[in-house]
Amino acid sequence: MGVGIEVTTLNAWYGTNHTLQDINLNIPANHATALIGPSGCGKSTFVRCLNRMHETNPIARVTGTVRIGDVDIYADAKPVEIRRRVGMVFQRPNPFPTMSIYDNVAAGLKLNGYKNRQALDEIVEKSLKNSALWDEVKDELKKKSGASLSGGQQQRLCIARALAVDPEVLLMDEPASALDPVSTSKIEDLIFQLKSQYTIVIVTHNMQQAARVAEKTGFFLNGRMVEFDSTHKIFTNPADKRTEDYITGRFG
Amino acid sequence: MRNEHKLRAQIRTLVDGGATGLAILSTILVVAPLVAIFIYLVYKGASSLNLDFFTQIPKPEGEDGGGMANAIEGSGVLLAIASIIGVPMGIAGGIFLAEFGRGTKLANAIRFTADVLNGVPSIVMGMAAYSLVVVPMGHFSAFAGGVALGIMMIPTVCRTTEEMLLMVPHSVREAALALGVPNWRSVLSITVRTASPGIITGCMLAFARVAGETAPLIFTALGNSYSSANLNQPIAALPLQIYVYALSPYDDQHRLAWAGALVLIALIVIAVSLVRYVTSRGVLKGAS
Repeated sequence: MGVGIEVTTLNAWYGTNHTLQDINLNIPANHATALIGPSGCGKSTFVRCLNRMHETNPIARVTGTVRIGDVDIYADAKPVEIRRRVGMVFQRPNPFPTMSIYDNVAAGLKLNGYKNRQALDEIVEKSLKNSALWDEVKDELKKKSGASLSGGQQQRLCIARALAVDPEVLLMDEPASALDPVSTSKIEDLIFQLKSQYTIVIVTHNMQQAARVAEKTGFFLNGRMVEFDSTHKIFTNPADKRTEDYITGRFG
Repeated sequence: MRNEHKLRAQIRTLVDGGATGLAILSTILVVAPLVAIFIYLVYKGASSLNLDFFTQIPKPEGEDGGGMANAIEGSGVLLAIASIIGVPMGIAGGIFLAEFGRGTKLANAIRFTADVLNGVPSIVMGMAAYSLVVVPMGHFSAFAGGVALGIMMIPTVCRTTEEMLLMVPHSVREAALALGVPNWRSVLSITVRTASPGIITGCMLAFARVAGETAPLIFTALGNSYSSANLNQPIAALPLQIYVYALSPYDDQHRLAWAGALVLIALIVIAVSLVRYVTSRGVLKGAS
């Protein structure tokens, strides 16, 4: 089951560039939350702070607290522990090119020393079913490389890979922006199904997408969070003038 | 206006044809010496190739016949020792340069040293192995020859490993880290594995290069007229044997030298193709 995320005065830097400034935000458990905003506004940096991927860049720095469930992720835990609980799907599909479909899905468990073959088979099947890819690949699980799938299939493979380690939170950084409309709608359907079991945070440039999949939406601008509210409120009656300007297409 | 258009199109076609022609010509120029050498080797050496060549040891000087069985064996032993030393050390060094030491002073120093080592004449490598191994042991040996060749392999393997690892996309590393895989595990199981076809090519290049080396063996493996399975004793090697025979006054030995050169090249080609075949069988359809 998913857990809530509580962000308090989060600040992040790349070198001297202050990319995130004083972010305060409560993300509800078992819902989809969308983050929108123009390019470079800090929304990708924000989700990368939620699984401590931000600090994999040597010039990056972060302050503030992020609580995921009961855990203060910057004070009480190691990055690898956090990343096992907080799955991530990236903008471009990035399956492991030398691995079969099966090994791609099992990678997170296998690389952490999980060896029970029978259980692995079950987890792989369940994850691929959860990501709506099972029927398309079940006959060639171990024969075909993950890289030989189409872009949309690769992205669903990456979702299956993230689900296989049984995370509580799923971060998606523009998961459909490199995909065609059919694949995009498949990913959106998927988010709709998954949000009952996981807390989902999705960064998107596509406002219709945010409106379709998310209960809550946050609007980011120049490293600050301008507004956070129910998706309906943000798109019909935003409190801030800048939010209104953005969603009506006056900039960004 | 129309005419001008037509003229430009004609010039473009002409320039395109010229450039393609130049490219083809350059390719032929590059490949020609290789083909010429190979044809000449076959022409000079093929006639002396027979079963004896692969099963007999050299006959005493002046006597016809005999073969290079001991030299073929010896080259195999020397290259095995060299690979056992050079491949793991080179790959480990390359992994350090690309993954763990990136940007550090130590890594820069190692990279510079490897590049210099790559340019050191092979006879100097032989002298180094002579003073490091032969002098302390008190005698020439197969082991010393293997060490000399192994050290020569390290810089090539190390630098190609580094280059190949750096070519692995950042997104693949991120994918592994985001799954909660520790960095060292991600490097060994994901990055190195993704780069492995290139790393293997680098190892093969280094292998093929040292397989034909003569100079570093003169002060180390020394050569041997008989078969020897003892790593502690001098051992024969194809390049050494070719060198000795090519300088001898006997026609029969000249012919054997040509045959030896042909066999040496053929064995390198076979070894490289074999490794490529075996390692590519594990690769999945559609990968890379």
